[in-house]
Amino acid sequence: MIPIVIFLVALLLVTLGVAAYATYAERKVAAFMQDRIGPDRAGPFGLLQPIADGVKMIMKEDFMPASANRWLFFLGPAIAMTTALLTGVVIPWGGTLDLGGTAFKLQVADPDIGILYVFAMVSIGVYGIMLGGWASNNKYALYGAIRAASQMVSYELTMGMSIVALVILTGSLSLNDIVEQQRAGLWNIVYQPLGFLLFVICAFAECNRAPFDLPECETELVGGYHTEYSSMKLGFYLFAEYVNMFISSAVISTLFFGGYDVPFLDGLGLPQNVTVILGTVALFLKITFFIFLFMWVRWTLPRFRYDQLMDLGWKSLIPLAILNVLLTGVGYYLKNGI
Amino acid sequence: MATPITQPLTKRSQVVSEKRMTLMERIYLPAIVKGMGITLKHFFRLRKATVKYPEQLRPMSPVYRGMHVLKRDEQGRERCTACGLCAVACPAEAITMVAAERKKGEEKLYREEKYAAVYEINMLRCIFCGDCEDACPKEAIFLTDRLVPTDYTRGTFVYGKQWLVEPLDPALRVDVSKRQPKAVAEFKKDRNFAHNR
Repeated sequence: MIPIVIFLVALLLVTLGVAAYATYAERKVAAFMQDRIGPDRAGPFGLLQPIADGVKMIMKEDFMPASANRWLFFLGPAIAMTTALLTGVVIPWGGTLDLGGTAFKLQVADPDIGILYVFAMVSIGVYGIMLGGWASNNKYALYGAIRAASQMVSYELTMGMSIVALVILTGSLSLNDIVEQQRAGLWNIVYQPLGFLLFVICAFAECNRAPFDLPECETELVGGYHTEYSSMKLGFYLFAEYVNMFISSAVISTLFFGGYDVPFLDGLGLPQNVTVILGTVALFLKITFFIFLFMWVRWTLPRFRYDQLMDLGWKSLIPLAILNVLLTGVGYYLKNGI
Repeated sequence: MATPITQPLTKRSQVVSEKRMTLMERIYLPAIVKGMGITLKHFFRLRKATVKYPEQLRPMSPVYRGMHVLKRDEQGRERCTACGLCAVACPAEAITMVAAERKKGEEKLYREEKYAAVYEINMLRCIFCGDCEDACPKEAIFLTDRLVPTDYTRGTFVYGKQWLVEPLDPALRVDVSKRQPKAVAEFKKDRNFAHNR
């Protein structure tokens, strides 16, 4: 009981820490890609910047429009943040540690429907944006909220479909099983390159990241759904985006890149705990790469126009996803029979 | 009828056509990868465009028109005689002065019988055109390559004599020789021009 509580607290702190430094990394990456230096005043190399940002956010005036819906206005950022943090519990962060005789799996919960749980949490997450945007009683916020909702509906379909193809292969919805299968065989990216591509595109859309950041779209909608937000409520929204980014990177690594698997590491004959820790380190390296990918794409591509976004989602991605499911099904049938 | 100029304005201009996109272009991903290659190239580029301002200054023209200085002469007397020509010349009306008469015993402080008891430049109004410098018949006011520092309140931008007059210490004098080459000095003494009379 005690190890799991410690692990849970550690997971929360790590998630928050990674998200905090992702904000710093985003600014640095953006700066470097634009031939600038980025934040370098707070601490060495600007490493204390996230703390400075946090302090700034808290010190700001917490303003609420007079005509806003009080409770929903509070609830919006809370839901966004909570659901973002909740997703991390089903992800297998590592193998089984040997704690003086008792085995301890580096995963808080391993429900049989792990993937569905992730989907559920992501879908609830959009309520945070919708409620916040609606409760602000502001036309720009409402536009942002509507866009978020319709974007989420459109891209969730493709995302689900790309997972269906994956599930055909693995035969399990449990994230732990999926990782263990990849440890035994090849990583899923080998079997599902198209599925991976679709999943990554949809992950960008689900996280409201550029080029799909239409809900906040500052050039058209002022600030989108968080136009009326200030202080730490705004901070929660912005922070939830980075938590989501971290979690989706973890999900992508888990589903397609073997999770905590390091090829050939098991054959080296290292002590079990060392192997497990190296695996977790490897997972975090994979996650770091995908977070970098998120930023890399954001600072490369311009934002889609709204009709282009819908065109891409409904006319290109969904047919491709269906094709992917069909091909995977046929391939599976030819290899294994029914 | 004149023939239209067909020469392109730059070498980089491209003729745009509305041809249908090829399959590779419509897939869109190759273009994305190409774009990401460009950003990655910049990511690893070591030469940055940033100038870290307070520590590092952008190279300035030697005749940069920045914060003003009120010069003293070789014996340390203020050159300004409060004639008001700079204030008249100022297009932004940023200069204010109050003239006073030199008393006995102040000959070491002021060069002429009249001097500026108050001399103020509102740095928020000033457009740093340098007309005051041109107007000055006494070689008293110059613009220098020093920058006006930032501040939080407007009041502090009204610079009085304590900011403008250069220090007495010869080592701390402000060098304006770049903005005052010999030719200019000669030209200012030329009585053939109305403004020098």
